[in-house]
Parts: sequence; structure tokens; C-alpha cells
Amino acid sequence: MSDLETILETAQSAVADSKDVASLDDVRVRYLGKKGELTGLLKGLGRLPAEDRPAAGADINKAKEALQEAIQARKTTLEDAAFSSQIESESIDVTLPGRNADVGALHPVTQVLRRMEDFFQSVGYDVVEGPEIEDDYHNFEALNLPEHHPARAMHDTFYFNPELLLRTHTSPVQVRVMETQKPPIRIICPGRVYRVDPPDPSHLPMFHQVEGLVIDRNISFADLKGTVIEFLRVFFEKEDLQVRFRPSYFPFTEPSAEVDVQCVHCEGNGCRVCSQTGWLEVMGSGMVHPRVLEYAGIDSEEFTGFAFGMGPDRLAMLRYGVDDLRHYLDNDLRFLKQFR
Amino acid sequence: MKFSEAWLREYVNPDLSTQALVDQLTMAGLEVDGFEPVAAEFTGIVVGEILDVNQHPDADKLVVCRVSDGIEELQVVCGAPNARAGIKVPFAQVGARLPDLKIKKAKLRGVESNGMLCSERELGISDQHEGLMELPLDAPVGENIRDYLNLNDAIVDLDLTPNRSDCLSMLGLARETGLVNALDVRVHDVPAIPSIIEDTFPVELVAPDACARFVGRVIKDIDPTAETPLWMKEKLRRSDIRSIDPIVDVTNFVMLEQGQPLHAYDLAKLSGSIVVRQSKAGETCTLLDDTEVTLHDDTLLITDDSGPIGLAGVMGGLSTSVTAETNDIFLEGAFFAPTAIAGRARSYGMSTDAAHRFERGVDWQGQVRAIERATELLMEIAGGKPGPVTETVDSHYLPVEKSVELRASRIARVLGVDIDNSTVDDILARLGFHAMVMDVEATGEGGLAEHTWEVSAPSHRFDISIEADLIEEISRVYGYNNLPVRTPLASLAMAPKPESDLSLNRIRDQLVTRGYFEAITYSFVDAKLQQQLDPEQEPIALANPLSAEMSVMRTTIWTGLLKSLIYNVNRQQDRVRLFESGLCFSQPPNQADLKFDDISQVRKIAGAVCGRRSEENWADSSEAIDFYDVKGDVESILALSGEPDHFEFSATTHPALQAGQSAAILRDGEVVGHIGLLDPRIQQQLDIRYPVFLFELIIESVTTKKLAQSQPMSRFPEVRRDIAVIVEQTITSRQVRDCVHLAAGDALQNLKLFDVYQGKGIDPNRKSLALGLTFQDASRTLTDDEINNSMDRVVTSLEAQLGASLRN
Repeated sequence: MSDLETILETAQSAVADSKDVASLDDVRVRYLGKKGELTGLLKGLGRLPAEDRPAAGADINKAKEALQEAIQARKTTLEDAAFSSQIESESIDVTLPGRNADVGALHPVTQVLRRMEDFFQSVGYDVVEGPEIEDDYHNFEALNLPEHHPARAMHDTFYFNPELLLRTHTSPVQVRVMETQKPPIRIICPGRVYRVDPPDPSHLPMFHQVEGLVIDRNISFADLKGTVIEFLRVFFEKEDLQVRFRPSYFPFTEPSAEVDVQCVHCEGNGCRVCSQTGWLEVMGSGMVHPRVLEYAGIDSEEFTGFAFGMGPDRLAMLRYGVDDLRHYLDNDLRFLKQFR
Repeated sequence: MKFSEAWLREYVNPDLSTQALVDQLTMAGLEVDGFEPVAAEFTGIVVGEILDVNQHPDADKLVVCRVSDGIEELQVVCGAPNARAGIKVPFAQVGARLPDLKIKKAKLRGVESNGMLCSERELGISDQHEGLMELPLDAPVGENIRDYLNLNDAIVDLDLTPNRSDCLSMLGLARETGLVNALDVRVHDVPAIPSIIEDTFPVELVAPDACARFVGRVIKDIDPTAETPLWMKEKLRRSDIRSIDPIVDVTNFVMLEQGQPLHAYDLAKLSGSIVVRQSKAGETCTLLDDTEVTLHDDTLLITDDSGPIGLAGVMGGLSTSVTAETNDIFLEGAFFAPTAIAGRARSYGMSTDAAHRFERGVDWQGQVRAIERATELLMEIAGGKPGPVTETVDSHYLPVEKSVELRASRIARVLGVDIDNSTVDDILARLGFHAMVMDVEATGEGGLAEHTWEVSAPSHRFDISIEADLIEEISRVYGYNNLPVRTPLASLAMAPKPESDLSLNRIRDQLVTRGYFEAITYSFVDAKLQQQLDPEQEPIALANPLSAEMSVMRTTIWTGLLKSLIYNVNRQQDRVRLFESGLCFSQPPNQADLKFDDISQVRKIAGAVCGRRSEENWADSSEAIDFYDVKGDVESILALSGEPDHFEFSATTHPALQAGQSAAILRDGEVVGHIGLLDPRIQQQLDIRYPVFLFELIIESVTTKKLAQSQPMSRFPEVRRDIAVIVEQTITSRQVRDCVHLAAGDALQNLKLFDVYQGKGIDPNRKSLALGLTFQDASRTLTDDEINNSMDRVVTSLEAQLGASLRN
């Protein structure tokens, strides 16, 4: 066996024996470094006869390449092993919860209000808000509800003095809009309203309303029906939801209608929620009374309009299965967390 | 209003079940709240007569009766205290079925009993169970009790809207039922009862705008011992009216039948003449129910020479009321204007059937008819000699019969459908309206002929005064659900939407993202609690609050939020993060006569937070939140404005907050909110276990944002230098920042305060602040010398202005 073969063999076994990248590098230096053994053989080529040099050089280079390959292969093996062990040692329980994942929630009534606003804004309604302390004129008088009108008894009103009160509906916002804006008008007015009703499962002294108003040329009862039916169907996500209109009375609309939907709990078969009637009253509506238009300086011959009003608190009850209105104002976190 | 279904069917009897009939009324706009049968389901009960009564041999509380059922005599054991010979009672025969039992032959304490004598409760007529139900003495023995008492009937509870006072009577309901079923109504023709005597009583109307018609009649020699007949008692009872005596019962019956309230005076107690006039403040009147009212100056009165003898249209007075001894009466049937009666009963805390009708309006031509009907009934029941009907009237103040123009084109425009003229004709006729087609002129659109009716409504439909009233009637009879459905057409114009508007929704979402739950609390709050939190503001007080806890309008959302926080802490929730947005209300100080324009209604957003920094978990420390957590939440809102530099937190004191941990939030120097730790004294008083942090902002201050303007980014390297300086505890980070910014020059791009240290190695009155300064220029690489110069200026300035020393 030549020196070259012996060196290569020894070197290869040293490579195989190296336990880590550092000792492998020592092997490389020992054989392939500036003073390494194989490097030394190359340097010794000069001492050979000239005709032998090419063959011997080629042999040494071959051995050098073989050794470099072996070192590279060993290096890869060692590095892989090191990564593997690092990875193994760094393994964690990925099922533990992450950090700072707490999110809160919007109040369910706000969620319903937003949904309603989105539907109406998508077809060009503006959302308008107004004061909650109102004057008698805007809350009653301008809505065709003069003092002592019996319909005022339907509005148990909180007063501050004979002229100032907490609005009993959001209709005064409509009045304020009509006073300043000329038709066409397409608005909804969401907000808090107040009635003197002690809190119980189906009454609150403070609740919410969304009222809508559309005034233009040629707005008819048919438009009112279409708008209301479409809204209720998209709101309850039920394309064939049955909706009926019942004659009713509001001083500010004529004709006036109560709107009932097929009970969303029993699909109209009769249950506790709908008091066995199969219907749920969800909205009041009607064609704007000519006198209300005239109060606001709008020509009732040229323009007609419709208005509607509904209670998001009640709609949220139906939508989310809430059984007691008072939950809305307790703000119990165990309740609010259900609406994340 | 409650009424008997069977009574209605006496006038008009559609072939419909009770359920179908009430559904029909509801859909016609007369909403039915419900109905219930007048008696329980039972069979086998007849009119029985107790022939004699003997004590039960072995039971003190039982008696043994001999009862006739018209065919045979039977022995019945009974425990009722009023069981006595001669009375007629409901008798459940052997084999009878009652709701909860079947009657069998039985032995009670050893004595045979063949049936049961019944109370009203056992028949399901009322809750009366004190004793046996006593029937009139002329009740035919053996007749089925259901037939005799007309018990195959339902009581219908109607919730009428204020515009339909024409249906506050059986005749009105009959008209409506006839209308929707296209059936004729059988109306009893009221005869004019001729006078037998000449007596009249003088009446003077001095407030004719309030009372323009007063119909009266004297009736003498009424038999005070007469009894109201069973049929009338039952009809009254089924409308929730108690039977009193024939005179009062007749007036009530006529009111139910015709809708016209009547009043009967004891003629012997009237003095002088009746004058109908407005009250003077402070006058008093003792009413039928024995309450004395002190009058305001706006109440219509019936008076005689003795003074007030009744509140017109509300309730009669005690001094002239009929009694069991009354022989002679004066009957009143008046037309009081709705505006003269509306609200008056309520203003005295009263509510009467008469006021309910008058304030909504009665048929202004119905008074004579009602008086005649009452006379007819009274004479049938209790005899009496009527005088002539006297009518005191000021026709100038009576409503006028008017005709209303109705255009076919307007019907189409309002309802969105062309209804045949012949259909309109038919509907108007069914409504009992008189309609005339006007001369057709070319007045319509495009010179086309306009089909127009001139419509006059009968006097009981005094609510019909404009074209819209007629269109409502037509749509109602035509059927709302038969009208077409379409969605409005509008031009597809885009609505402007300023990009600089920051929506409240975005702000709410931000807080939700940071773990807050949205609350909704009452806008009226506990005056005492709010006084503690915001003593400097005089809140706006409600005149009629529900309770002291809901008596004043909130000036700060904190009042309600704290209550909700306490509610949760008391329910084992030790980490509470709540926010709310809404209006807060304030008025100028010492405001006497509050006007709408004096009130400020400002939308705010507020939070109340307590407990751990994050939900209890394995990874994070369980540290409680502190000021900077909540400040971070607020800053995250302010950052949405794109102009966080416009905001500033400045140490301040606030009555609700602990000094030294509270700050005012300013936008461009103006206070727009507060943040801080709830004052420990208030926390203790409210008994809250944990420290609570609060913030509140005026929403308007954060709902505009800067429109972004892109700046070029420097291509040159940035250089960072860190220093630590020691300053007095009282020096704020803001002072340090301002000083550094001023001294460092334009190249300073960023200044970070990355450590604050107090403690070992540092004078206890001082603190160490570590600052990281990043320099960069837009157009070139900065030299070391330039940066060193800047740093020197910074250090010198900090030393000179803030007494800082470099920390080594």
C-alpha cells in the first residue's frame, strides 16, 4: 500500500470518527490544511521525476477530492443531527393558549343596530342622530300630536318641565331633518328613546328605536310594503318570511299599519314567543300624514312619503333568543360574552 | 274595551267562529288583545230551587237541602252559608260534567246527596266562591243554565286606537263587523218617547266651545225598588261594569250600546238651574266615588246654584247623585268637545269610561237618540213618567258637516295601485259615506279628466276631515294585504363620504379588539353617586323619575359604568373591562327656566376597568392593570386620528380620580377628556374590591382624522445613540422629550424612552431615564461629528434646563 492510500484511509476513518463539526474541522486541517499531510504530498511532487509528476499529482488530487467529499458528507450528517437535537429540545405544547387573545364584544343591541344601518345604507339611506332631550314641539306637536291628544297617553313621557322631555321616539329627528332638508329624503334615525315604564322582562324605561323616512315624488304605500318586507327578510335571513300589514293608528302617518312577521321561533305554528298567534308585531309604519309634511314646509301635494319605526332591542331578542329585556342593561359579562 | 260576542251577534252575525271573528277585527284595525269564554265548559247544570233546608245530623257546617229540578225533588248536601229555602241556584245534576269533576250520587258524612249546588266560581263565571250563586227568583226551574244565563258567549278584549272612538260602542262594532263581512246590521229603532209630564229643568251653556249641546229630560215617579233585569246585568258584567241600580245601569247600558255617556241627577237634589262652565282654580267638588278634588282652572264643570255638581264628561258629583231612594231624575246627554275633556281626568289621577269616550270624541248628533233609548229602557224596567226632551244648543260651536274631496289619481298615487272607481263607490257606500261624483272637468294631469268624489261622512265618523282620511278608509277596506308591493325607485347618486371622518364604529371596534365589552347603561342615574363623581355640575333632573336611582341625567358615563362594574364584581367577575358611548347632558349653572337651547348634549365614550392585565393564563404575569395599561388603550384610539401629536396628557386633579394618578386629555390645548384611578375614598364607599381605572373622551375630538400624506423615505443610514440621564422624580418624561427635541436638531428622527429606573444606586429623590435617539438625514449620510455635536447639545441642555446628570 502506498503512502497515499494509507493517508487517505487513515484520514477517512478520522472523518468517520469525528463527533462534531469542530473535530471534523481538525481532521480537515490535519490533511488538507496548509501544513496538512495531503497538502504535504502535493508539495513533495517536486522531488519526483518530471515524467512521474502528472500521474502522481492526479492521484493525490483524486485522494484530496475524495477526502473533501467525505468531509462534506460528514459535515452534513453532523449538522443535520445537531439541528435535529436542537429541534427536539425546543419542542413545545402547541395546544397551550396564545398570548393576548382576549377580545371583547359589542353589545347585542349595537350589533343589531349596525346590521340595520348596513342594510339601509346599502340602498342609499343616510343615518341621522339627534338630541335625546327634546322639546314638546318636535316630539309631539310637529308630529300632529297636539297637547291633550289621546294618543299621547300611548307615550308615557319623562318630563323635565312642561316644555322639555326625553324623546319618546326618534321621530323628532325626522322632523329636524325635514325642517332643514328638501326632498328627496331617505334617512333612518337610530337611537335611545324613553318611556315611563318600570323595568320588567318585556319593558324598559329606556330602549332603542330605528325609524325610517322616505319622501319623494310618487312614494306610495306599495313602496312602504316593499321596503319593509325586504328589510325583514334580509334581517331574519329568510326569503319567504311571511309579513302582514294591519290597519292601525299613529297621528303622524295615514294610512298607518302595524307590521307582523310570521313567528321566527315556531314558523307561524303558534308558541310561547308569539302567544300562540303565529305572528309577532315588529314595526309601526305608514304614509307620512300631510299635516306633518306641511308643518315642515314640504308641499304635500307634490311629495309623498312613508315612515316606519321598529325596536332593535326586541329584534335582538328574536334574533338571539334573549328572554328578558333587562339583560341588556345589566351588562353582565357572562351575558355580553355570548355575543363575541 | 271588553264586550260580549253574543251581544255583537245580536246586531250582525257573520258565519265565523269566535277566533275567525276576532282575527277579522284585528285585521280591520280593531286590535283584539284576546278573548275568553264567559263560563267554564260544563254540562248538566240547570236552574234549581231550594225547597227546604235542614241541618246535617253529623256535620255542623253542612246542610241537607231538598231541591227541585223542575221534574223531581232531590236531596242534596251542601256546605254554602247562603243555602236557604226559596232561592234559585245553579244545580249540577247527577251525571253533570264540570271542568274538574263529574257529579255522581254520593254519601256525605252518611247522608245521600244527588248532585251539587254551585257557586259562580264552579261555573267559571267569576272568582266568587263565598256561597251559592243566587239566580233571580223568576228563573225558570229546570232550564239549562247555559241557555238561561246565555253562557255560550265569549268576552272579547279590544285594544282600540285613539282614532276609532266610533267603535267604543256595540253599534260601532256592529257597523264595522257588517262592513268587513258585507252584511246588514240590525239596528233597534229608537222611538221618540212622548212626554207624559211637562216638567223640564233649565240648562245654560256659558262655555259653548266646550259644550255646544246639552240634551236633558226629567223623568218622575221611578220605582226605586225595581231590579235591573238579568240580561242587562249580564251584558254590563261582560263589559266589566258593575250593576248598581236600574237608573245607573240604564245609563251605562246606553253608553255601551250607543257610545254616548249619560248621567242621571236626582232631581230633588238639584237646585236652581244647571250651568255648564269652566272651573276656577281652587274650587272643589266631591265626586260620586266620595273623593274631593280641588280643581285647576281648565276643567269644564256642571254646576247648579249650590256650586259644582260634576266634572263634565268625567264623573258626576256626590251631592246630586241618584240613590236607592231616588224617584225623580234629570237625565243628561251632552256633547263635550274632545279638547275640553282631553287630559282632564288624567290630571286628577282619574280614568273613567265617560272621559275615555269624550276625549276621543263621541257622535255629536247622538245625544237625543241616547236619551230616548235610556227613557225607553228605564220605563220598561222601573216605570216613570218622562217629561219632554229639552235640547240646549249653541249651533255655532257644533261641528259642521263637511264634504271632503277625493281624487282617483290621489288614491293611485298614495296607495300605488289603480282601484276601480266602482270599487271605490262600493267601499264608500259600505262605510255609510255619502259620495257624489263631481262634475268631471279637465283638471287632471295632461289636461285629462280627473275622477273626483265629494264625500261626506256620517256624524259618528267625525274623524274624516281630509282626503288622506278617506284614502286610509279605502285602503283599510280594500285590504292592506291586497295592495301591491314594490321597492322605491331612486337615482343611483353616490353619497359623499369624507375620508377624514373617523366613525364611532371604528373606535368601538378598537376597544373591542383590546378586550373591552360594550355596555349600555341608563341615561338617567343615581343623583347621589353622580354627585360624588362630578360634583361641579348641576345635573338636569327629571320631574317624574321612576326612582331616586334614575332621577338625574348623566353628566358622565362613569356613573352608569361604575354600577355595571360593581354588578359584575359582585358576581365573581374579577376582571372587568367595560366601555360605553352615548350622550351626556349638562346645563349652565344656576339655570332657572331651562330651555332646549340651554342644554348641551355631548356624545362621549368612556371606559371602566379593573382586575388583571390579561385573562388568567399560564404565560403572562398575573399583575393588576395600572394607569399605563388604560392609557395605552386610550392612546390606541387617539392614534386612529392619525394625529396623536395633537393630544397631550396633563397631570390634573378630578373629584372622581386619585390625585397623582389622573390626567386631563387635551387636544390642541383644549380638555377633551380625563383618565385616572378612581379615588380610593369613593372606591371604599362603593365597596369595590379592586382599584378601578376610568377614562372618558368627547367623541367629537377623535372622529376626525388626518388624510394621510406620503413622505419620501431616506436612502441614507440611520444612527442610534443611547444615553441614560438622572433627573429629579418630579421631572416628567414630557419635559425630557421636549428638551431633547428642541436641542437635538432636525436630524433627530425618533426618540425612544426605553427604561425608567428608580432604586438601588440612585438618589431616592431621583430617577434614571434611558433614551434612544435615532438620527437620519434625507439627503446624505450624517458624520460622526454631526451626531456627536447633537448629542452634546442634548446633554448640555438636559443638564442646564432639567438639572439632569449623565448616568455612567
